[in-house]
Parts: sequence; structure tokens; C-alpha cells
Amino acid sequence: MTASRTILDPTSERTVAERRRLDRPASLSGLTVGLLDISKPRGDVFLDRLEERLVGVGADVKRYKKPTFTKPAPVDLRHEISVECQVVIEALAD
Amino acid sequence: MSDPTRTARLPDGIVVVVKEECATCHSVSSVLRQLDDATTLTVYTQDDARFPESPTPIHDADLAVSWHHRIETVPTVIRVVDGVEVERTVGWHRDEWVRVTGVDGLGLDLPAMRPGCGSMSVDPDLVDELNLRFGASVLASRRIDVADAEDEMEMMFTRGWTDGLPVVPPTEARVMRMLTGTTRGPSDIVATVPPDLVEVTVEKVAVAAVMAGCLPEYLAWVLTAVEAACTHEFNMHGLLATTMPVGPVIVCSGPGTRAIGMNSGGNALGQGNRANSTIGRALQLVVRNIGGGRPGEVDRATHGSPGKIGFCFAENDVDSPYGTLAVEHGIEPGVDAITLFAGEGTRCVVDQLSREPGSLARSMAASLQAMHHPKLIMAFDAILVMGPEHARVFADAGWGRERILAGIAEHLNRPGSELVRGADGMAEGIPAAFADAPSLPKFRPGGLMLTFAGNGTGLFSEIIGGWANGDVGSKPVTRAVTY
Repeated sequence: MTASRTILDPTSERTVAERRRLDRPASLSGLTVGLLDISKPRGDVFLDRLEERLVGVGADVKRYKKPTFTKPAPVDLRHEISVECQVVIEALAD
Repeated sequence: MSDPTRTARLPDGIVVVVKEECATCHSVSSVLRQLDDATTLTVYTQDDARFPESPTPIHDADLAVSWHHRIETVPTVIRVVDGVEVERTVGWHRDEWVRVTGVDGLGLDLPAMRPGCGSMSVDPDLVDELNLRFGASVLASRRIDVADAEDEMEMMFTRGWTDGLPVVPPTEARVMRMLTGTTRGPSDIVATVPPDLVEVTVEKVAVAAVMAGCLPEYLAWVLTAVEAACTHEFNMHGLLATTMPVGPVIVCSGPGTRAIGMNSGGNALGQGNRANSTIGRALQLVVRNIGGGRPGEVDRATHGSPGKIGFCFAENDVDSPYGTLAVEHGIEPGVDAITLFAGEGTRCVVDQLSREPGSLARSMAASLQAMHHPKLIMAFDAILVMGPEHARVFADAGWGRERILAGIAEHLNRPGSELVRGADGMAEGIPAAFADAPSLPKFRPGGLMLTFAGNGTGLFSEIIGGWANGDVGSKPVTRAVTY
């Protein structure tokens, strides 16, 4: 084996932590559901309808909005959703 | 064979390092015999154990002595006292040899001086391997041994490290050579790369630069591009994730573009120039391999564009009649800089008939109005890469940068009624609330940028359309190159 047959790893070499998803709730009744609007046009139309349906099955709904669809949700917003909601739905567009 | 662990200490007395291939070394053969008679002499020979015939040399076959004692020229004469070098001289210079050796009457039959030759230990073909062999490695990346039966090019494709084209295998020697292109340390953090938000070191950027085909002198440009891309303003994450066919476009400015051989002339936006082709590619390989941004994963482009392999060119700051984009963005003239722009491929503005600026400005405006959609305004920036023949029309009329941009913008205003959704039989457009606006511009202030590149034949310019602009999407980022 010569030096030229040994190469350097071009990746980040990171170790990804895998986390198990929470169990799917048996019912949404009484749970707080967060609806995250990513600020794409007409995402609100979809979320308005979802809110109607969710309230209809007894869920509490909280609405959130990203400042822009092109950037990840700010850390504070993600934290806010995580402490206020048991379930979250993110509306995409395109 | 010298043992590198024992070569740090030279024998006391006079040490001379020679090689057979060097004519000056041959001509001082008789001087070496004189010295051998008069003092304690040790001769190291680099390339041929039988040269010189007398006195008998030590063959520095692995160049360990030469490397450890930083021999750059042969012959080199060193006086060693108690194992420590006291002084040295290189080449043949009688007075210097007499001074260093303390032996009079050396080489009286020779000319007074004669320059030496390059030491094998600094031969460009050998130096990187020698640095690797004798120097302590400063690199932290995991080493991957390529199996004997494995083709390293295919292996890199298989592991998903390439953009679809072959890459140069990033060996330690190549990465070490690449790192000579910057004063930064290999472990210095350059930026946090989306989408995985991983801190990238200078070393990992150098690995990507090797793979992309860069020369070491491009590295500072690549590093600066990575820094600029990974800013909140530029928003590389969104640019990667978008469905639009856009990627980072790098416009390079300053005298350094010429020093590294960049093309700002004919086919500047095309293929064929190493620096243009590889700097942008290196940035994209960083995003791919460090950030984890790959097509079909976080990269959700509907079509993409050929420029996403890498899109980098130089603006011609020497011949530009209206300065540079970098200066427009606040960089001092003459300073090397890059502007990163979230852009798509190019589209051509053909106007071969306009000979006065008003007509040409209208042509430019008509073409720019159509960018992305004639009825969509303010949401996208653009770079206009004006060719020399178009620029001359404006220059001959005395129009500078501001006048050109204003002259084009003058024809990019349309009433809201023509732009709203449904107008002109097209559902696409701006919201109906703007219907009564008397005049709406195509571009936000500063959203149309001007640069100068191309060769002198062709009444053409190029439009590089942008992506979602401003706080919503991406702002152009201009930075001085950090060497």
C-alpha cells in the first residue's frame, strides 16, 4: 500500500444521533396541535382547513409562522412549539 | 540508507551536499578533495552513490539529510560545531567557501563563482511526499485505504463523494500541497455548513479543493467563498433546498484573478479555464460532502442548472469602463474580492443593431423584464454581465455605471394593472392589491447588478437571474479574499 492509495475522508465524519419517534397518539382529543405556517403563499388556506378539522375532533390548536420559507425555523420558535404542543403539523407548498 | 531519526544531527566539521546531475557539483570535485585533505569533511550525495569518486560520499538516498537540513541548492557547504550548524553557503563562491571552511586556496583553477542547482529535496515532484514522510502530520481527517483491487476513482463515485464528474483523489500529499495556498491553520474553522450545520475546517475545504481540481493558489478564493456562502444573509440552506434552478454564482474581482490565471475574457462563463471551473466546484463539493446537501435529499430543485456543478468567473476590472461589481458593493479598488450571488444559468441579450445608449438600454430592459416571468417583480435580483461591445456603446456616449443602471431601470417600470394576476390572460402575476399602482419597478433598489466580462467580439450581454431576494431569501455577499 503506497501513500497515494490512502486518501482523506472528504465528509464531515459526523456521527448522527438517531432518536426514536414518539408513539403516535391514539386520539388528538385534548392534545395541543401546533400548525406551523412556513410563509409560502396559500399555506394558510391549507392550515385554516386543518384547524377546522382538528378543532372538530377536540384538539386545541396553536398557530405558528416562520419568518421566511427559505430558512430553517429559528431556534426560539422550535423551542416554543416543543414546550407548548404535543403534536405539530408543518405546511409545505410547491 | 539514512535513518530519518538519526539525521537531525550532522557530523562535526565540514558537510557538503551534492548531486551528480549538477554541473557545478562536478566542477567542485577537486575542491572536495582539497577539503578532505585539509579538514574533516563529510559529503552527502543525493542521486548517485558513486559521485563523487573521491572522497567517498554518503548516499542520501531517501533525502532525509537534505530534507531535515533544508537543503535547497547543491552544492551546499555547512560548517558544523558540536552537532550544530554554524554557517552555510550555497553554489560555488570561492570566498564564501574559504570563509565557511576556513581552508585557503580552494579551487584556484575555477571561476570565482558559479551558481548551484536545485536540491532534489525541493523538487516539486518529490517535496510533498518528503514532507509527508519526514514531517509530523498535521491533518486530522480519517485515512481511508483503497483496497488493492479497488479503483480509487470508482470508489469515490460509489461512496457518493462526487458531483457526477470524476474527482482528484485527496491524498495527504495533495492536501498538504493545497494547504500551502493559505496562511490559515488546517484545524481552523471556516464556517458552519448547511444543511447539516457542520463546522468545516480549512483542512476539509482543502480536501474539497483537491477533489475539484484546484491549484493551491485558488484555495484562498475557495475559503472566502465558503465563508460567504455560509452566512445568514446568503442563506445557502435555502438556496440548496429550493425548487428553483439556482446555485451559488461566484464573481471574482481584483488583480489576484489574473495572478491565478482566471478567465474574464472569451468564454469566461464557459468551460476551459481551470480556476473558473474548479473554484465554484470546490464550494459545491463542500456543501455536498460536509454540509450533506445532495440532490434528491435537501436539494429539491425541479430542474437544477448546469451551473450547479460550479459557477465562477472573473470580472474584467482592467478594461471595464464602469468599474467592478466588488467596488459597487463597497470593496476598495484593487482589492481581491468575491461576490456570491444566488443565481441560475445565463441567458443572452442579443442586440446587434443599437449604436446609441438609449436604444441599447431599452433592449436590456426588455430582456430583463422577462426574467423568471414578465409579471413578477421585485422578488428576484439579477446580474447583467455586459460584453465589451455593448459596454462600448454606453462608454462612447459617456454613460457610467449609475447612468447605465438608471437608463435601463427607466424602461423597467410597468403599471400595476399590467402585472396583476390575470392581466394579459395570464394567471401568474402580483396580487390584485397593486392594480392601481401607476408604476412598479422590476427590481428592488440595488437588485440589478452590473459587471463586465467577455471578449471583444459579439454585441451580446448575459443575464444571470436570481432567486428569492432580500430577507426572504438571499442577499448577495461580497467579501475581500482572505489569504
